[in-house]
Amino acid sequence: MSRTSARPARRARARRRVALAAAAVLGGTLLAACSEEGKPVLTWYINPDGVEVLDVIAERCSTDRYDIETELLPTGATDQRIQLARRLAAEDDTTDLMNLDPVFVPEFANAGWLEEMPDDVVTEDTLDGIAETVRWDDRIYAIPLWANTQVLWYRKSLAKEAGLDMSRPVTWDQVIDAASSVPGATVGVQANKYEAYVVWINALVQGAGGEIISDAEAGKDASVDIDSEAGRAAAAVIEKLAKSRAAQSDLSVSNEGTSLPAMFAGPGEFMTNWTFVYKNYAPSPENGITEEQYEDLGWARYPRTVPDMESRPPVGGIDVGVGAFSKHRDFAVEAAQCITDTDSQVALAVDAGLMPATATAYEAPELAEAYPPDLLELFRESVDSGGPRPKSAYYATISSAIQSVWHSPDSVDESTPKESADFLAEVLEGKALL
Amino acid sequence: MSSTYVATPEVDAGKTPPAGSDRSRAEGRLAAKLVAPAVIVMLVVTAFPILRALWLSFYSYSLTAPDDREFVGLSNYITALTDSLFWRDIGVTVLYMLVTVAIELVIGFIFAMVMHRVIFARGVIRTSILIPYGIITVVSGFAWQFAFTYQNGFVNGWLPFIDEQFNWFGDTTPAVIAIMVSEIWKTTPFMSLLLLAGLAQVSEDMIEAAKVDGATWWQRLWKVILPNMRAAIMVAVLFRALDAYRIFDNIYVMTAGAVGTESISFLTYRQTIEQFQLGMGSALAVLLFLSVLLVAFLIVKLFRVDLAQARGE
Repeated sequence: MSRTSARPARRARARRRVALAAAAVLGGTLLAACSEEGKPVLTWYINPDGVEVLDVIAERCSTDRYDIETELLPTGATDQRIQLARRLAAEDDTTDLMNLDPVFVPEFANAGWLEEMPDDVVTEDTLDGIAETVRWDDRIYAIPLWANTQVLWYRKSLAKEAGLDMSRPVTWDQVIDAASSVPGATVGVQANKYEAYVVWINALVQGAGGEIISDAEAGKDASVDIDSEAGRAAAAVIEKLAKSRAAQSDLSVSNEGTSLPAMFAGPGEFMTNWTFVYKNYAPSPENGITEEQYEDLGWARYPRTVPDMESRPPVGGIDVGVGAFSKHRDFAVEAAQCITDTDSQVALAVDAGLMPATATAYEAPELAEAYPPDLLELFRESVDSGGPRPKSAYYATISSAIQSVWHSPDSVDESTPKESADFLAEVLEGKALL
Repeated sequence: MSSTYVATPEVDAGKTPPAGSDRSRAEGRLAAKLVAPAVIVMLVVTAFPILRALWLSFYSYSLTAPDDREFVGLSNYITALTDSLFWRDIGVTVLYMLVTVAIELVIGFIFAMVMHRVIFARGVIRTSILIPYGIITVVSGFAWQFAFTYQNGFVNGWLPFIDEQFNWFGDTTPAVIAIMVSEIWKTTPFMSLLLLAGLAQVSEDMIEAAKVDGATWWQRLWKVILPNMRAAIMVAVLFRALDAYRIFDNIYVMTAGAVGTESISFLTYRQTIEQFQLGMGSALAVLLFLSVLLVAFLIVKLFRVDLAQARGE
């Protein structure tokens, strides 16, 4: 009798001890989590560009009142958007700060996912092209951290051989003809079925004075304008390149990286690409590029779509937003201002090749040391006069609709603008699947 | 058997308990109480999402434009059912299902026979056959994607009639074939497991009797083994067909739906998750749900198997 009743009692005591130990461990862990007497930790979701610099910025901008910790987003822009949207749609209160591709800002702001920013975060000092990306419905929902833009990169020797005067603005026609005239020379672009292809199409259309859509803030009721002279001029450029001998063999799947090796292979190439290219070609044992080759690298403003109109270089970059459901919105707004200050912008430009969003940062002596003055001026001028992509709560839909009609490049002809306008209008009205 | 078991079959058979029997009513109440938690859980985790999807499907609703939400009735269904993209994706999905299940049935049966009859190294052989099923689909998708890429894959090198630079993901037909190969490699072991269970149920006495009667191996297979495995084959085909009809992971990893390889599940994903079009995405999800039911119904009809009999009732 005593033996049988003693066993359950012993088991119960053992269970109590285990439970107490578990509670102690759990309590200790929770206390450790609330480090430094409950000091809040702001989570900053960053895209995987310049991560090391961003980590340093996070540390510098942490204060006695809060810490900033970085969390890495996926590599692709689409995946970044989906991951952030999933958190914000679920009203996640730990999404305090986030790096946003400029085209996400209108979508996220319209959905009510972004905290409004003070008006003074965008000033005269902010370059026009990137300043435009953080405004939605006459309010400001993010702060520019870096401003990316595209320029025309080329081999000086190739331009000389083709007889193309690069001291004056050049058109796409001239660039394609020049590359076609030299055996083995090519023109590098981004024409895979993805967002960067829309970046190219948008720049071509804007370069001819048109727009893909206008009155974009009307959402589904926006005016679809791509079926225009400008749209047809854009289609003519793509058609011409796709059918010319200057087209790279992987044109339909080309991206920012695939056209890089062609610069120093054979006679070289003309390539429209982002600012990172300059640092990428810096001579090193890894990339096998010599000082002589590097000297041969040239740059010029983004080509014109039509001869009599200035080009509108693409504007990219990163804006920093604050989650509308963050538990520490005031701290996060304050942190976002620190994260995007001049010191951060200069550090990102010098160490990671991600160019500043403000004129002040462009004037920093560190930048003058790291980049040739004419290249710096070109970047700055390109961002300032760049053309943003359509600002719409339906941007993802617009982008996908454009991609599905304009891809692949060798299918583009003068009927493409009309076809894409009809399809885009139907998709926005919910009358066609995408 | 105690007397308790004599009274319960009436309840089990679903017959109405005799009126006025306190005991029957009490048992009924107890049964309801016992079943209630499971019913509630089912309603929460299954019925609620289905009903919510049904409700959302009547709206034009983008997650990024909540103010534009409007009731559009059956408009999303009409758009989907009259759009060529929807039918192209249905066609591609049915193609995936028919080809992969047919090939898996044959290879799976051969594997099942091997696992059933093997007399040496049984554990090693069975494990080897089942390994692909233990690998996560996304991982196997990446592995096969690398295998098929012309830059660093081995497939082009192994196939003498294929050019070294042939891009499997550049056109619909080769890309669909590559996705099917990955799917077949991954799920054939599952098919063979189900068929092995069926094979184990075929009476050895029957096979022995057929052998004594002079039946050849082929005759024993067609006249004795396969007819007695009909229920197991039906279950295997049904499970795999429904699985194949919902194919998503391999497409996501290998082509991301490009060059016409998109399935109906992928279309639904794109509308809902990529485009944030909750209304249209829900309508597609409902259509997907209904078409899965249709596929299940057709397979059960095709095999003319009484499921109750298959369960041994």
